[in-house]
Amino acid sequence: MAHEHKLEIFRGLVKFKSNIQKIWGVLIFLTIVTAVEVALGITKPEFLTKTYFIGMKLLNWIFIILTLVKAYYIAWDFMHLRDERSSLRRAIVWTPIFLICYLIFILLFEADYIYTVFKEGFLAWNF
Amino acid sequence: MDTTVTTGTEESVWGGGNRPLNASYGKMMMWFFIVSDALTFSGFLVSYGFSRFKFIETWPIADEVFTHVPFFHGNFPMYYVAFMTFILIMSSVTMVLAVDAGHKMMQKKVILYMFLTIIGGAIFVGSQAWEWATFIKGDYGAIETKGGRILQFVNAETGKRAALADFAKTLPEDRVKHVKSEGVWYMDEGYKTSFSLNEVVEGFKTSPNILIRTETINEEGEKTVLDRSASLAKLKDAALVVEGANLIRNEYGSRLFADFFFFITGFHGFHVFSGVVINVIIFFNIILGTYERRGHYEMVEKVGLYWHFVDLVWVFVFTFFYLV
Repeated sequence: MAHEHKLEIFRGLVKFKSNIQKIWGVLIFLTIVTAVEVALGITKPEFLTKTYFIGMKLLNWIFIILTLVKAYYIAWDFMHLRDERSSLRRAIVWTPIFLICYLIFILLFEADYIYTVFKEGFLAWNF
Repeated sequence: MDTTVTTGTEESVWGGGNRPLNASYGKMMMWFFIVSDALTFSGFLVSYGFSRFKFIETWPIADEVFTHVPFFHGNFPMYYVAFMTFILIMSSVTMVLAVDAGHKMMQKKVILYMFLTIIGGAIFVGSQAWEWATFIKGDYGAIETKGGRILQFVNAETGKRAALADFAKTLPEDRVKHVKSEGVWYMDEGYKTSFSLNEVVEGFKTSPNILIRTETINEEGEKTVLDRSASLAKLKDAALVVEGANLIRNEYGSRLFADFFFFITGFHGFHVFSGVVINVIIFFNIILGTYERRGHYEMVEKVGLYWHFVDLVWVFVFTFFYLV
């Protein structure tokens, strides 16, 4: 079992004195990120909902990126992935990421195709 | 030190002595379980995305669906879910603290932190049960058309949603709930709505300040509100009254939305529930001193991994169900 902990987050920008301090530091960071998400979700600033980037609202991009940031810190610091061997870490992280990206790609493209069929095809579904 | 069975062959390279990943068998299996469970959850979330992209123009807006907070009246989108998220993150923190205390062999501290973790999990499951109950009960009520679309009602003066009770007429009619034992075989109504279709339609005709809101999302990202004449024309398609949500009907909009809500948050809630059960078992083991005798608290670390995973999944469910 790895007893020694790596105590740096943000690529060494913040360094904690003990593991317990690091845990509280990560909690504060995660809380701030969640608060930002909720605030954006309630206010929905116009410049973020009106601007589109690769077919999706900028606001939704921000939500997804912040979610991935949160997921990173939960996995790395709460689940101690930071302290594991890099081979274990890579096996655990990249396998699902690859499969999920593929699944998202095929299913969302298919869904968009079905949407256009419903919209433009000679098919009545709202009668 | 990490395995419970000691045979003596473990120290040799081919007998399991060589541990290239530097993780015990149990911990690695927990990780592999988590990876496969993550794929299950992503399957659910991606199929949610599939249905949503398919009906992108008519999908319900989550802000308008989850607007309630216990003990408070009014419109509070998201606040309660944010609270639930915070509870789960907080119980994750107490879990890491328990694991950390376990590394230092401080039994008393592990007991305290495990207890707090269990409390956090229980609060979360309770909150989710409340959220389900509110969702199933519904708030405004709606009309379903022959084509299975949902028509909601808006007060033209205030621009706010109007409940069926605000305008529906009470007519001197007596409608009996259709039960399985009477009439057509194996058919019954799940629930009887507080107003009949006729009462809602008649009430709508006599209250000129009520308009119909369709499922279609306009360019502003809001649901389209029809004008009075279009509303009256639309009401001709009305087929039945819907109050609340279940697996078949859903007053909030697309039926799939309710199905996915029940399925995804239900599956996640089941994970939290089983996590709490496992935590309780480990909690009693700690009190009994099992891990003190074993010489290490790796079991706490393993259930901790599961618990953090539940938190991790919630972060994604929160984003894709409530925010995006």
